[in-house]
Amino acid sequence: MSAPIDLPKWADTVVVPALSVVAAFLVAGLVVLGIGENPLTATRVLLQGSLGTGEGLGFTLFYMTDFIFVGLAVAVAFHAGLFNIGGEGQATLAGLGVALVLNNLTFLPGFLLIPLGILGAAAFGAAWAAIPGYLQAKRGSHIVITTIMFNWLASVLIVYLLVNVLREPQSMNPETRAFPEQSYIPFMHEALGAFGIQVPPSQLNLTLFLALAAAYGVWLLIYRSRLGYAIRVVGANPTAAVYAGISPARIIIIAMVISGALAGGLAVNELMGYQHRLLLEFTAGYGFVGIAVALMGRAHPVGIILASLLFGILYQGGAELAFEQPAITRDMVVVIGGIIILFAGALDGLFRRLVAQAMTRSRLARA
Amino acid sequence: MDLGTIVTIFDSSLRLSIPLLAACLAGLWSERSGVVDIGLEGKMLVAAFAAAAASYAFGSAWIGLFAGIGASIVFALIHGFASISQRGNQIVSGVAINMLAAGLTAIVGNAWYGQGGRTPPLEGEQRFGDVILGHSALVYIVLLAVPLTWFVLGRTRFGLRLRAVGENPAAVDTAGISVTGLRYAAVVIGGVLCGFAGAYLSVGQSAGFLPNMTAGKGFIALAALIFAKWRAWPALGACFLFGLLDAVAIRLQGIALPGIGEVPVQAIQALPYLMTVILLAGVIGTAIPPRASGIPYVKER
Repeated sequence: MSAPIDLPKWADTVVVPALSVVAAFLVAGLVVLGIGENPLTATRVLLQGSLGTGEGLGFTLFYMTDFIFVGLAVAVAFHAGLFNIGGEGQATLAGLGVALVLNNLTFLPGFLLIPLGILGAAAFGAAWAAIPGYLQAKRGSHIVITTIMFNWLASVLIVYLLVNVLREPQSMNPETRAFPEQSYIPFMHEALGAFGIQVPPSQLNLTLFLALAAAYGVWLLIYRSRLGYAIRVVGANPTAAVYAGISPARIIIIAMVISGALAGGLAVNELMGYQHRLLLEFTAGYGFVGIAVALMGRAHPVGIILASLLFGILYQGGAELAFEQPAITRDMVVVIGGIIILFAGALDGLFRRLVAQAMTRSRLARA
Repeated sequence: MDLGTIVTIFDSSLRLSIPLLAACLAGLWSERSGVVDIGLEGKMLVAAFAAAAASYAFGSAWIGLFAGIGASIVFALIHGFASISQRGNQIVSGVAINMLAAGLTAIVGNAWYGQGGRTPPLEGEQRFGDVILGHSALVYIVLLAVPLTWFVLGRTRFGLRLRAVGENPAAVDTAGISVTGLRYAAVVIGGVLCGFAGAYLSVGQSAGFLPNMTAGKGFIALAALIFAKWRAWPALGACFLFGLLDAVAIRLQGIALPGIGEVPVQAIQALPYLMTVILLAGVIGTAIPPRASGIPYVKER
């Protein structure tokens, strides 16, 4: 923060996040020990379940797709100096956008309906983020508080709509009717099967490529475009931005719109790719995992992809683990996420200082 | 509406507002000293779990209360270490606290009792019974915390210093008073109050712990804190108002109002969040937080 610790770039981008992940796993291991299970066995089951089989790998990559979107969403806002905790709410609204588009335009062919569904997700997610962005930029209301309130507003709104308006009359479950079949984003095993490549079936669908494209797009935006430069200037120093002829208010709103649209990708993957209907709580807290992903990935798209893979492994492996060792439920992943946020985010300075001290000591030892 | 109904609604509003009030006062102490706390939810949750677990193990609601306060203080100290000693980002730390609490209580609860994260039901001495007018002792302790907070923050030297640390820590430091010490004190007091909030949920209001039983109450408390503009008596009013909304929402379920028809429960549930957003936008009055809140204090070098 205000006490700059000089570290070479490699140490800052690789060593510090790696250290916080290692520390997080050590703490998680202690928790596993604490409830009387063997952490080494748990790790083996986790890795075997997430990477050891083709099917497991498919599920891992499916979760990774979710996390890339929410991680990018948090990261874009970070670059503008904003903390968007509203990923959950934005993704929820994006789900509403998907359902409204797909279930009202059922007559359209798939090649039109799928892009329109994705646009619906992006537009609704963006709109839900734009309001807190506007309030921060023009009215000075703190973005953290407003995005928290908007998360709750979104969850209340979606319950109301699913229970009273969008639910099928005969159905007891608060969910919409199934989307038209031509709007399903193809599963990876189907898409590859069409080319004669056999992969085991899983929830993994072609949205993965959309997520990777979004990561590349965010990289281009942040590091290679005028707008991205303006976003970073506003994030680093809003006062300087004004002198450079950049309007911080405008940039804040734009960054939040992009952030919300990216969070909408979660709805695309979960609903258009897998569930094929809008249902309650499909976001499953992934919006908050996005914060861990962005912090660990140092808000850089490459880092975010790697961090998303790690969390994909944890989620899929965690599901297998809960099956094999019922004492270790999937909540373990939430714990690990929390510890990573604590270590890579809030206690960042502690690890940076430790690394800096270690490097100074080794330099002195050599001299 | 007859008198009986009004009394019933008042009673259930009070019951529902107590956990909000305790958490809101916790946030008030912390934020008045300059430490933003969005981890109220998490601290309430660990307190609720620890209280129910200890009460079940020892057969005493009071031991449960102390365990809940202890667990909440541990989490408050984690937040304090990250945001005061390490000068980390207070929002990030709060998010971490919430996630840790949600995950840990579910895992440990499941490992200990094997009932999907629930504690076994509590009965008899394991719960706080009613003492006066159908309310438990916890209700009165939390209500007492309001004048106490008002008095200590507004009328004592410690309170003056604590508020000064939240507005202008450099001035306090210049006077030779420890900024770190005051902020830790505030964070720990917040931990104690969240302990009361959590214990009330699992050992007072309900008979045991349920996974994620706080269900956003920590955030409503945060909204109430903004509504009360970081002051003790208005905090009582804001929490009672939100408790009343909750009580009315429960009561109006499935009842058609004359002229309006059936009001969806969700519309009433959304009100606290909506009102906070509108208030923060400066449409009705303004809410200005303590000036130094959220900013780590660095001594000049």
